[in-house]
Amino acid sequence: MSVELTPDGTIADAVAALRAGDTSARELTDACLARIERDGARLNTFLAVDPDAARQAADEADAALARGEGADRPLLGIPYALKDIFVTRALDFDGRPLPGGFPTTAGSRILEGYRSPFPSSAEERLADAGAILLGKTNCDEFAMGSSNENSAYGPVRNPWDESTVPGGSSGGSSAAVAGGQAYFALGTDTGGSIRQPASLTGTVGLKPTYGRVSRWGMIAFASSLDQCGPFTRSVRDSAVVLGALAGHDPRDSTSVDTPVPDYVAGLTGDVRGLRLGVPREYFVPGMEPGVEAAVRAAIDVLRAEGAEIVDVSLPSTDRGLATYYIIAPAEASANLARFDGVRYGLSAGADELWENYTRTRGAGFGPEVKRRIMLGTYALSAGYYDAYYVKAQQVRTLIKDEFDEVLSSVDAILAPTSPTVAFKIGAKVDDPLAMYLNDACTLPVNIAGLPGISVPCGLSDGLPVGLQVIGRAFDEGTILRIADAYERVAGFGDLRPATARA
Amino acid sequence: MAISTRTQFETIIGIEVHAQLRTSSKMFCPCPTAPAEGQADEPNTRVCPVCMGMPGTLPVINRRAVELVMLTGLALNCRVEIDAVRFERKNYFYPDLPKGYQISQYALPLTSNGRLVVPVPAEGGEVTVGITRAHLEEDTARMQHAGRGYSVVDFNRAGVPLMEIVTEPDIRSPAQARAYGETLRELLRAIGASNADMEAGSMRIEGNVSLRPVGSTTFGTKVEVKNLNSFRSLERALEYEVARHAEALERGEPLVQETRGWDEENGRTIVQRSKEEANDYRYFPEPDLPPLRPSEAWVAELRAQVPELPAQRRLRYVNELGLSEYDAGVLTADAALAAYFDAVVEAGIAPKPAANWVTGEFSRLLNQRAADGLRADAVALGPGGLARLIGEIDAGRVSGTNAKTVLATAFETGEDPVAIVEREGLGQVSDGDAIGAEIEAVLAEFPSQVADYRSGKQQLFGFLVGQVMKRMAGRADARLVNQELRRRLDA
Ligand SMILES: [Zn+2]
Repeated sequence: MSVELTPDGTIADAVAALRAGDTSARELTDACLARIERDGARLNTFLAVDPDAARQAADEADAALARGEGADRPLLGIPYALKDIFVTRALDFDGRPLPGGFPTTAGSRILEGYRSPFPSSAEERLADAGAILLGKTNCDEFAMGSSNENSAYGPVRNPWDESTVPGGSSGGSSAAVAGGQAYFALGTDTGGSIRQPASLTGTVGLKPTYGRVSRWGMIAFASSLDQCGPFTRSVRDSAVVLGALAGHDPRDSTSVDTPVPDYVAGLTGDVRGLRLGVPREYFVPGMEPGVEAAVRAAIDVLRAEGAEIVDVSLPSTDRGLATYYIIAPAEASANLARFDGVRYGLSAGADELWENYTRTRGAGFGPEVKRRIMLGTYALSAGYYDAYYVKAQQVRTLIKDEFDEVLSSVDAILAPTSPTVAFKIGAKVDDPLAMYLNDACTLPVNIAGLPGISVPCGLSDGLPVGLQVIGRAFDEGTILRIADAYERVAGFGDLRPATARA
Repeated sequence: MAISTRTQFETIIGIEVHAQLRTSSKMFCPCPTAPAEGQADEPNTRVCPVCMGMPGTLPVINRRAVELVMLTGLALNCRVEIDAVRFERKNYFYPDLPKGYQISQYALPLTSNGRLVVPVPAEGGEVTVGITRAHLEEDTARMQHAGRGYSVVDFNRAGVPLMEIVTEPDIRSPAQARAYGETLRELLRAIGASNADMEAGSMRIEGNVSLRPVGSTTFGTKVEVKNLNSFRSLERALEYEVARHAEALERGEPLVQETRGWDEENGRTIVQRSKEEANDYRYFPEPDLPPLRPSEAWVAELRAQVPELPAQRRLRYVNELGLSEYDAGVLTADAALAAYFDAVVEAGIAPKPAANWVTGEFSRLLNQRAADGLRADAVALGPGGLARLIGEIDAGRVSGTNAKTVLATAFETGEDPVAIVEREGLGQVSDGDAIGAEIEAVLAEFPSQVADYRSGKQQLFGFLVGQVMKRMAGRADARLVNQELRRRLDA
């Protein structure tokens, strides 16, 4: 059985097969589309798919491959999916709908049917790299959630166990990659929305350093925390996609102009001599024993490979959640103000201005989004600003400083990604605090603006567990190298859900 | 005799000005700030996803706008922030605000703590007005109430760079407030930061006013006055408010902190919004824009660009060049005209004749072309040419009257005035013999008038001069004709 011929292999294998002429972009695309056709509706992974456009793009990719363009375009002929939080160009210069353009909903009713007049930076860069866009994946509304149950278009099911969640907020992307519906997918990570769903679906999820990848065209949730990154089925694939995405974009003033290294070339498989810190605060109460066991075993594997493992402390970790749930909603309360029914999206059509605002936003936003807008508005209000927003910024600095100090003595940090494996759909919907705790191990990394990757490290109760590797700012190279070295020896790189074997 | 029991009040005024900056593109996107040359300004044609607040867009700072605010701050003797200039989001819902927040500055403005010396002609003297801050923000869209229960929005103005300049409560009368506005307008135009045209809306002004008993150190209840579309309405609205406050305070009636709009037609202010309805704008740092850190070198470069400001220039004209206040005022009201005058003086002409010609005939010709927007620095005849012409008059080689004719031509063509004088034969005869011969001829032609003059009819002198000038086709040096004629008649 050749792994390239099913849509469950890696980008690296698929690229090799394309170059060798053993397969075609059209075949890869058809294989993904067949899987979407078979499982997509049941798992609710996609909000929009355009098979004709994908096949046309695949044929163009095959023509380009035939012309020998593969050498300069690392993703030429590789089908992928975009979280529906990225705008995709769907209108021409005169504002007329472009044939084949996807709507962009952000998982919200308020943007139902919205068509963007411009593409996201991610879409442009991946198109330049030759990737084929299959469609837009389901997600929590405006990326707010940890289970994908907050999508206005219904929950996504985890291919490992369809009664469980795929994580969130990039749940459609994680499930699509785990379930062989795309070779890779993009997600966004504000507090863990790439790494946590990667952990829950046995995929590799990378959140780059804040500023490494342009946010142009990503619908903002919390602007100082949001970053986009890939879901892949191997660490090497993650390095390939990051290489295509990374780099300065003059349209995003927070994107940083630092050189982009060759991430793939840095995957030496060698961790000897690296000092890796394990922060005791990340093994939190309430963590599932199976998860802790898998993560500790993964740490032992890296020790056996020659890394020096040291205990470290990040004492403010438990302040992360409170800090995050002030800063992120505060920024969101402003970012979501533009959805007012005046220029685009849902409009209640009321006769009076304020009635139109309240009715549009009342009908267009789901309960979690409303909760966060209210939290954020409260935190920024006169009389509360200093006690909440300013204090949260101070704690943010503290958390950053603690990471900086630890990372001055170790090369990277090892931690669990999520304290639990995938939980049942509906299990936590009525308990927002329990839901928020899912991100306790990931959101400090966003607060500090650092890169983090989740790599599969085994199963607990038959469901995937993720090891999180956190690095220094703009040092994605080191965490990719560690995760790749681990993946090579640990043997969990071929973990696939039952759907892939069917 | 009745003794007035009226309390003496002191008026406290602060002014807030919004000026549109003269940049070619908007504050955070590449859209033009004005329609292309010769194009009509059709609504919603100068827009893009950024200034329309479409999902997924991000702002990018317009460097020139930052520069113009720093330049203004430097001209206002402000401190320029170089450590961390922060933009903040000012949150409120209104259809003219596409993002639901305005990117503005709050805690750390670009420039602060300055002052402007304001001449107050109406009160004779000057007042120093403290400048609290001059900061940068983006303009809102323009709403038009279309009637029949709906409004339309034009986003062409949305995102145009706007500078807000706030004063300390240093102004003590409506006349001072008006003088401040006029002086600031002059300054903004002189440094090229803004067209500062109140009628066109590129300068908007608001005043806040309170009264307190003389000697008191605490402030009274403050009222903000808006909807002022000229300096005159600013002064009138403030006068109205001062009277209203004084009356209320006299009667012991409480005043309400509120925003009032000026009703130009009826000459009164009307309540627009009370403090209770005031918005909580929930300012917080704009996360899409990293703090700006203007380098010392950049600030130094701008400091060197601050030109001599109108107030300084006016003082120099009066004190050093001996011009009248009036001439100095006319010249400095127009930076280009003042520069033209300076160049004429530099070319060797004494300040007074230079001022006479520049504010007189030259300005008259310039005003005739005002509709074309012609400025002194674009006139075909450069200051060197005008200086040559004035030199010819001083030397008696051309008469004042003929010089005006020459100037009218040279103004349009840029031709050397001396060449025109020669070509058109407008040179002046200053040859005593030639003039003497013509005088003799006139004396011979009009013997009875000569006799009458000599017997006391002094007014006939003018008639005889006229006859000489007529014979010489106006080219005689009038001063010489007078002198020679009188010498012969009185001999
Ligand atoms: Zn624009």
